[in-house]
Amino acid sequence: MEFDDTELGHDVLEHFRSATRAWLEANCPKEMRGPASSEDQVYWGGRRAQFASDAQRAWFERMVVRGWTVPEWPREYGGAGLDVAHASILREEMSRLQCRAPLMSFGISMLGPALMRFASETQKMEHLPRIARGEIRWCQGYSEPGAGSDLASLNTCAEDRGDHFLVSGQKIWTSYADLADWIFCLVRTDPAAERHKGIGFLLIDMAGQGVSTRPIRLISGTSPFCETFFENVRVPKGNLVGSAGGGWEIAKYLLTHERESIGDMSILPPGVARLHKHAILAIGLEHGRLTDGVLRAELSRWEVDSRAFQATLQRLREQATSARGLGAFSSVLKYYGTELNKRKEDLAMSIAGVRGLRWSNQAGAADPSGDTARAWLRSKGNSIEGGTSEIQLNIIAKHLLQLPGA
Amino acid sequence: MRYSLNEEQQLLQDSAGRLLDLRSPVSAARALRDAADENGFSRELWSEVVKLGWSGILIPEALGGADLGYVAAGIIAEQCGRTLAALPFLSTAVTAVTALLQGGTTEQRQSILPRIAAGECLVALAIDEHPRHAPERISTSAVSERNGYRLSGQKIFVLDGNASDYLIVSARLTDPGPDAGGSTALFLVESARPGVEIERTLMIDSRNVADIHLTDVRLTDEHRLSPERAGRQLLESALDAGRALLAAELLGMARECLQRTTRYLCQRKQFGRRLAEFQALQHRLAHLFCEVELAASIAQAACVAIQDNHEDLRTLVSAAKAKCGEVAMLAADEALQMHGGIGMTDELDIGLFVKRIRSANETYGDVTYHRDRVATQYGF
Ligand SMILES: Cc1cc2nc3c(=O)[nH]c(=O)nc-3n(C[C@H](O)[C@H](O)[C@H](O)COP(=O)(O)OP(=O)(O)OC[C@H]3O[C@@H](n4cnc5c(N)ncnc54)[C@H](O)[C@@H]3O)c2cc1C
Repeated sequence: MEFDDTELGHDVLEHFRSATRAWLEANCPKEMRGPASSEDQVYWGGRRAQFASDAQRAWFERMVVRGWTVPEWPREYGGAGLDVAHASILREEMSRLQCRAPLMSFGISMLGPALMRFASETQKMEHLPRIARGEIRWCQGYSEPGAGSDLASLNTCAEDRGDHFLVSGQKIWTSYADLADWIFCLVRTDPAAERHKGIGFLLIDMAGQGVSTRPIRLISGTSPFCETFFENVRVPKGNLVGSAGGGWEIAKYLLTHERESIGDMSILPPGVARLHKHAILAIGLEHGRLTDGVLRAELSRWEVDSRAFQATLQRLREQATSARGLGAFSSVLKYYGTELNKRKEDLAMSIAGVRGLRWSNQAGAADPSGDTARAWLRSKGNSIEGGTSEIQLNIIAKHLLQLPGA
Repeated sequence: MRYSLNEEQQLLQDSAGRLLDLRSPVSAARALRDAADENGFSRELWSEVVKLGWSGILIPEALGGADLGYVAAGIIAEQCGRTLAALPFLSTAVTAVTALLQGGTTEQRQSILPRIAAGECLVALAIDEHPRHAPERISTSAVSERNGYRLSGQKIFVLDGNASDYLIVSARLTDPGPDAGGSTALFLVESARPGVEIERTLMIDSRNVADIHLTDVRLTDEHRLSPERAGRQLLESALDAGRALLAAELLGMARECLQRTTRYLCQRKQFGRRLAEFQALQHRLAHLFCEVELAASIAQAACVAIQDNHEDLRTLVSAAKAKCGEVAMLAADEALQMHGGIGMTDELDIGLFVKRIRSANETYGDVTYHRDRVATQYGF
């Protein structure tokens, strides 16, 4: 069954498929196919970004020209204006050739959709094309030391100074703040207003005076996130998205996109060996079955859940309207997907046995020791970042089950 | 592949749901139980849905069917689960029809399928011989004779066996004639044939299930389903159709348990508050909600896979049966626990769901059976 059942629609789509396939085959360098094995093989863009190789640059530049870093965005914002059917064909063809994403960024997965819905035309024209072209790397300034799950209690303040806001306060757990160029921030614009009403959504250039970051080291040994400090930072009024008291709406909408993209993580990109393949190699088969029968049972239970989760991703995305997105259903994906990913990493450690305990202090070193443990430790954060599992259950209780007092 | 319902399918879902709410609410299942109904289902209701094309849902139009396919059948099964409607839908319209469509000879298809579509006969699958589902372990034997076969053995847990006009029986061919000895064959046998003895067994869900004793039942070649398709494969296909539909039925029951429990917790007050206000209970309901969403997706994926004859069909069907069984049993347990004492009473319907869920979970392989099959399909 196709998205468009008409004969004509079908022909158009099939033509697009074969043209896309041919173009990808001709233009995606061999080195850009197959899963990325380390962090620097993923291109995140930004003012200070360096390409890891000529192939990475070529692949990125070719995709930018076609608008395929953000295929579904309108052309005027740097996208290719593809509808759902065309975009999913592009995705399928890229995954068939195992093409890597040419650009990853919070601009694409989080900020873009929010700007598209809430920003002024001027703001869209200023920021969206630069996200699409990977010129600016964004980070997310939501959490504060005193405002985690209870995000609306945040108190980084933005004082109205006529032509600009004066921003002071501290954010924490800001992923990649030390590598980012701009930060989208939730700030308190009106301390007197009801707490959800006094929040603004502000875009801040981190190169400005008074912004500083300090990396925080995690249990996995790396430092992907920071404390971010604002000391009397002058931010032009034009950088406020929506109204001064309308930031909470935007923040919540953006979170649905963040949650959807986090929920994805238990799905392996094509070409990565599935868990059971590792298990077969590490543990061995007897009469076609893993010799550890209990582990086999756990593994197959995980595979069943994973298949059911993949089918859910597909079904919910089909049902989502392009304007509203997934809404509270993004919490279902976030909750289940991250718990599933944690189970996967737990299983990967069990499969590795004591070899999984090996450690090296350098992530992505040529000697892969520590990678299994690092991934396992990192996965523990999945059910915390983007709103904890408990918070997702609260959202489901309130918005999907409509329970009183939720 | 699309996993969300199109407009036509949504209409079917609504109309089937409305019909069952009206004509076969849970109270009807209770009445069948209390009356110790001989058939375990209502013949009147069956005739009514026959007119709507349910019996011929998989049968081609040329043979009098509605030919709506497995996704449509899944939609109906889910609705039947929701109201605990007992019908010979799974046995006759789904598993038997699948076996006949894929393995019936031209004569068998042309003589039986129009009659099934018209509601004139019921056909049951006689497969199981062991307390735990193991369709490949067959002791029932078909000994080759001049002009045919002699069938002997015992079958258990034959769904709607007691009301059936025909049985599709799996047997092991014992004579190494032209067929390899020991291979599996399926036979279409009249229930009234000499040597066939059918004994209704009472089960916790009050459905029609029978034990069948076969003693030197004389059969001709015309009774055998097409020898061209390996019996083993054919059997798996018929069972997989049943498993996917059972997954959908389990999903319908899980949804209903979740809904009833949610409603109850929104009404019942303790400590001066509605119970639904307690976060400990909210989180359990929310978790169950997610599980039900997953079950819905994989049940749908399994039906689509059968419909499209997807290469991954076996894995998807087993994943669906395992997941929906697990989720429905969780839903049943959670419903019981969160209803408190009243959930344990026979007066409340929850118990009826608990029993049917257990039974549907056991049918054609339970959770662990299908997890095991998934592992085997993946090669570990
Ligand atoms: C890897 C990682 C990356 C991150 N990246 C970013 C980022 O880029 N930008 C950003 O702004 N933030 C980021 N965060 C922060 C993240 O959003 C917060 O950590 C998260 O929202 C939880 O807040 P908290 O840490 O203050 O925990 P707390 O809110 O203190 O929660 C502690 C525990 O209490 C539970 N709890 C809290 N409230 C309730 C309740 N009402 N009901 C039931 N249980 C409750 C929580 O679920 C949790 O288990 C990141 C976090 C991680 C781990």
